[in-house]
Amino acid sequence: MTTPNATKSVATFEARSLECIRDDRVLFEDLCFTISPGEALVLEGRNGSGKTSLLRILCGIRLPESGQVLWEGGDIFRLGPEFHEHTAYLGHKDGSKLDLTPIENLRIAQGLGKAREGISLEEALEQVGLYGFEDVPTRNLSAGQQRRLAIARLLVTDAKLWILDEPFTSLDRKGIEQMERLFEGHLERGGMAAMTTHHRIGFKDEVKLVRINLSER
Amino acid sequence: MSTLSLTSAFSLLLKRDLTLAYRRRAELVNPLLFFVLVTAMFPLGIGNDAKLIEAVGPGVIWVAALLAALLSLDAMFRADYDDGSLEQFMLSAHPVSILVLAKVLAHWLVTGLPLFIAAPLLALLLNIPAEAIPTLMLTLILGTPVLSLIGSVGVALTVGLRRGGVILSLLILPLYVPVLIFATDTVKTAIVGIPITAQLSILSAMLVGSLVLAPLATAASLRISLS
Repeated sequence: MTTPNATKSVATFEARSLECIRDDRVLFEDLCFTISPGEALVLEGRNGSGKTSLLRILCGIRLPESGQVLWEGGDIFRLGPEFHEHTAYLGHKDGSKLDLTPIENLRIAQGLGKAREGISLEEALEQVGLYGFEDVPTRNLSAGQQRRLAIARLLVTDAKLWILDEPFTSLDRKGIEQMERLFEGHLERGGMAAMTTHHRIGFKDEVKLVRINLSER
Repeated sequence: MSTLSLTSAFSLLLKRDLTLAYRRRAELVNPLLFFVLVTAMFPLGIGNDAKLIEAVGPGVIWVAALLAALLSLDAMFRADYDDGSLEQFMLSAHPVSILVLAKVLAHWLVTGLPLFIAAPLLALLLNIPAEAIPTLMLTLILGTPVLSLIGSVGVALTVGLRRGGVILSLLILPLYVPVLIFATDTVKTAIVGIPITAQLSILSAMLVGSLVLAPLATAASLRISLS
């Protein structure tokens, strides 16, 4: 396991007795977990078990019916932008503009967050295997390439917490492995992640995973 | 977050929306075309009664501008909602209201400003006296941003609905009425030759008020629509 940088205060991400109700159905209640730097939360469960709803609660788009989400001990709804500068969210929708080029899309993503030092937009594209596609309109990329672009967005900001909803959708096998290395790298740098996936995650054994199965609770 | 990065986020978003508008410029013409066609058809419908056309002129221009604005409103957040960009805005490290302001400004630049530029020509078509045209322009430059700002609240509230069009009109049109009343009254007063300071002050107050309050309301409405 990685040892967090001693000079920084240890950032933790914590959920306290979360409850989510959708269309009068209780999706989950009394859900608690804590993750520290270097750890990843992996959500499992059937379709409709509330994985996406939980991720949307964790990133602050949706309000839980009860309970709290805490970032470094502070309620994320009270922190607002102070919390969001530490998070990057990859949802079902890529969030890229199809009429813009990959570089233009990344520039906006970087401007909306806190820019990460020491990585250029071109390098981020290279890391997701989109080198040479800088100036092609995003509309002309394949679904898998568009997903890679969405993942590149995570790399250009200084976000510590990555919230990933089915990040491997439409990626090929090699692409999935490549992205897993990127996620591992993020965790090794002291980052955190919360993700859902139907894919068996092939992280290194050293990576500590916190697994929650929403259908078996 | 420093002020510097906030201004750069603002200009980045403004530039983004203008670039997107430019790359889809065929859709841009719609509101302007609507505005020009409606005002051009009016004299044809009324006939050659110059006095009557002059009397309804300011009203016709403003009603057309208002409906053109309403027509273009839905585009403000729809595309961003559909492709997930809106979620990214809500999760940005900057206050959402400032980002909203950038989007509204971009929207006004591509829909409101062309109306303002086309207005003098249409005013001549409607027999509005040349002395009153500067006043008409003044009401448009003060009034059309208000239309975009108030509209943004309505769009933000209805963007999550599949068919929000009718609800949007019902929500927004009543709020547009004060702008319409004061703007047309200003032009009519100017045609008669009476000072217009009072009406202009009220229009300016509406602009300042909506400039301050609308982005906050829009940001809150977007949060509701997305959750």
